[in-house]
Amino acid sequence: MRFGLSSKGDKQLPWHASLSAEAAARRLGVTRRDFLRDATGIAAGSALMGASPFVYAASNVKKRKVVVVTFGGGARDQETFAPQGQVNIPHMMKELIPQSSFFTHVTNQGILGHYVATASLATGVYETLNNFSAVPPDHPTIFEYFRKDLARPASDAWVVAPSNGFNHIGGSETRGFGPGFGARVVLPKHLLSAASAGGKTDFNHLLHDNYETPLYAPQLAGGDFELEQLERVLKLSVDDFTAHASTLSSPDELSLYIARRLMHEQSPSLLWITMHDIDVAHSGAFSLYIDAIRRTDRLCAELWSTIQKEPEYAGNTTLLILPDFGRDSDEDSGGNGFQHHRTGDPASRTTWMMALGAGVRQGVIYDSPLQSIDVVPSIGAMMGFNAAQSQGSLIKELL
Amino acid sequence: MLPNAITPASFTAYPPLAHKVAVDHLVLLQRLPIAFLPSLLRELIEYDYSFPAERLSIDSELAYLKSLTPSQLDNLFRSFAQLGLPTSLTASDWVNHPAQFVEQESAHLWSTRQLDAFRLAATQYGQTLSAATPAAPLPLPRLGIAVIGQGATTAAEPLFLNLRQHGTFFTKIDPENGLEFILSAVASRAAAHAAPYAHWYIDGGQPARSTASLTSVAYQELEPLRSRLLRFMDAQIAHPGMGPEELRTRLALLSPSDLGIHKPADPVLERFQLRLFTEGSGTQIFATTFAQWATREALRRAQPLTLLVRYAPRQRQRPMNELLSATDAHVELDPAGSLVDADMGAWYHWLNQQRLPGADRSAFVVWFEAQRQALVVAPSLPRGVESDSAINLKTLLALATDG
Repeated sequence: MRFGLSSKGDKQLPWHASLSAEAAARRLGVTRRDFLRDATGIAAGSALMGASPFVYAASNVKKRKVVVVTFGGGARDQETFAPQGQVNIPHMMKELIPQSSFFTHVTNQGILGHYVATASLATGVYETLNNFSAVPPDHPTIFEYFRKDLARPASDAWVVAPSNGFNHIGGSETRGFGPGFGARVVLPKHLLSAASAGGKTDFNHLLHDNYETPLYAPQLAGGDFELEQLERVLKLSVDDFTAHASTLSSPDELSLYIARRLMHEQSPSLLWITMHDIDVAHSGAFSLYIDAIRRTDRLCAELWSTIQKEPEYAGNTTLLILPDFGRDSDEDSGGNGFQHHRTGDPASRTTWMMALGAGVRQGVIYDSPLQSIDVVPSIGAMMGFNAAQSQGSLIKELL
Repeated sequence: MLPNAITPASFTAYPPLAHKVAVDHLVLLQRLPIAFLPSLLRELIEYDYSFPAERLSIDSELAYLKSLTPSQLDNLFRSFAQLGLPTSLTASDWVNHPAQFVEQESAHLWSTRQLDAFRLAATQYGQTLSAATPAAPLPLPRLGIAVIGQGATTAAEPLFLNLRQHGTFFTKIDPENGLEFILSAVASRAAAHAAPYAHWYIDGGQPARSTASLTSVAYQELEPLRSRLLRFMDAQIAHPGMGPEELRTRLALLSPSDLGIHKPADPVLERFQLRLFTEGSGTQIFATTFAQWATREALRRAQPLTLLVRYAPRQRQRPMNELLSATDAHVELDPAGSLVDADMGAWYHWLNQQRLPGADRSAFVVWFEAQRQALVVAPSLPRGVESDSAINLKTLLALATDG
């Protein structure tokens, strides 16, 4: 088992794989489809291809809004879509999937660390930056394409990010793009850290940072800039914010709270929310991982509910929910099952995507293989901008 | 430096046994590709602190490779040789720091999208090696036992779901003296088939009793080591510029003496215990994670004939900085969550046991401590069935190991 032991961050050399990676990924996608078809009775999408919902929806590109949620650090089928896992995602199974186009076979062929994978999702290019460095992506982000091509103000693109390392996710330093066209990034934990400085309430349970390295607990910083964001952008007093935060139980609940305030006060057309609670799996406690999946399931449903209730979003918003990647399978001896995403095996690379709302056909399952880098150009096509440097392909089922 | 440039002097810093093995196989090592050799040296440099099964594995591998002709070697390692590595990596001191090399090699393979090629090369190499170096028959079938749920009285959700298709689920176990029966059975096996590091007892809390014939690892008995390690980590995190990767590297370089263990009674075991904390993720803070990881590592490295693991409740989740600071005298436990953790741990215990030689004859028992539910996977028992036989743990163990 020599090659199963090396790890640094989330990189690990594998020991073996019994199927070819491509075959195993395909099998995962098909199995996922069968699980969902059995449980929800929704249709396979191939027979419906060629009839774009946009032809009939006649969505107004100018008013189109898109919300992207990365699903919490990766969760495996056996804890979610497989029959034994469906108990953990009741909201997705009963409320969201019947309203969605569900893509069963999304692969991430890049580096499986959360920051670098999220950066890859946001640029449409497999980024190779150091997962643990606070550096911007090497290629233009979706926010830069969106704002530059459509001449949108900074207030129209926002990222709600989970941890310290994500504070540069909003924009690259690419010539012709760069921070001037980037999204505004809000780090809820920094907001809370600033707002609660000197207070008596203990918010440590909401300030977990990077689960990928649970041994490393960096100090969070928060100061005048965060307080200014709180009061001017979110229209929240420090007292109201801290009072509400005291009712929450996890960092992702805090992120959703901030995202809702952003939607209400700023109504960004492009909103990107990175959930992270599920990554507590790195601590090795299976029960905490399951708790986090159940919480994330609930939060996704609450977000969808918010989208339908907010006047600026109702009826003209597409919600995309997808993990940045999966987690290691139990079968790969190089890993330790659910705990990490280090082997690069098909289970850790193969995920899913759920699309809901404007322009999306409801109750359809698509098996055709996608890559996570396909998301950016496809959103570009939805919203009317060109993700020129993206290396992904258009997801024709969404167009 | 490339492998063909290594000399006996390259291994001067190796411990004595490792040095001898390396020098004895110098010509072979010189022929191996740079993408592969440091992985081998990472194990070889620990040879003096390895379990007998690990030494046997290295010896067999080297003997097999030494038996090949140059052209056979080239064929075997062609896929590794085709991987591209940067000069900055090959020029590093990979002979003396093979683990660091492998870490950086791994990062490079990920970022250059060569990981899948490496996976394939490793798979093919492993299959060839397994076929060429078959394991010797075991003196008795392997036995794994997991005792889970200490402190919990009920399970909120059904237990052993992953394992049920592989074994017989017993629902009316008599729990009276159950733990005592198990400990006695394990001690008897150890006495009857004594061998170094062949029979283990891992406890996620305080061991129920001490048995000299067993290799024993217990979370609470390692508390001094764990405390010193947490203090070390706390101090490291406060250093300017410290990041998660650097912290991990510094942890990997720790030796027992760095944490105040200067004359270990059992250097092999104490280094193993240290590695559980420095290489495991979450072992430093959760007793259930420690028990699961210790079980995995014991199986992978020592390949014991008998492995009993008893899970204990872990502390309730708190913010990571509080868990690491370890200053709170009162630790609140989470028995219900720990039962869920341990149930999954038992599944991984069986999976890892099945990866070892003799899997077709091995047996596995998992019992919800002090309760009536247990499951047995054994060649002599049917799979995917439920039994309401009223039997005690002594009879259950006899059933598991019968035949």
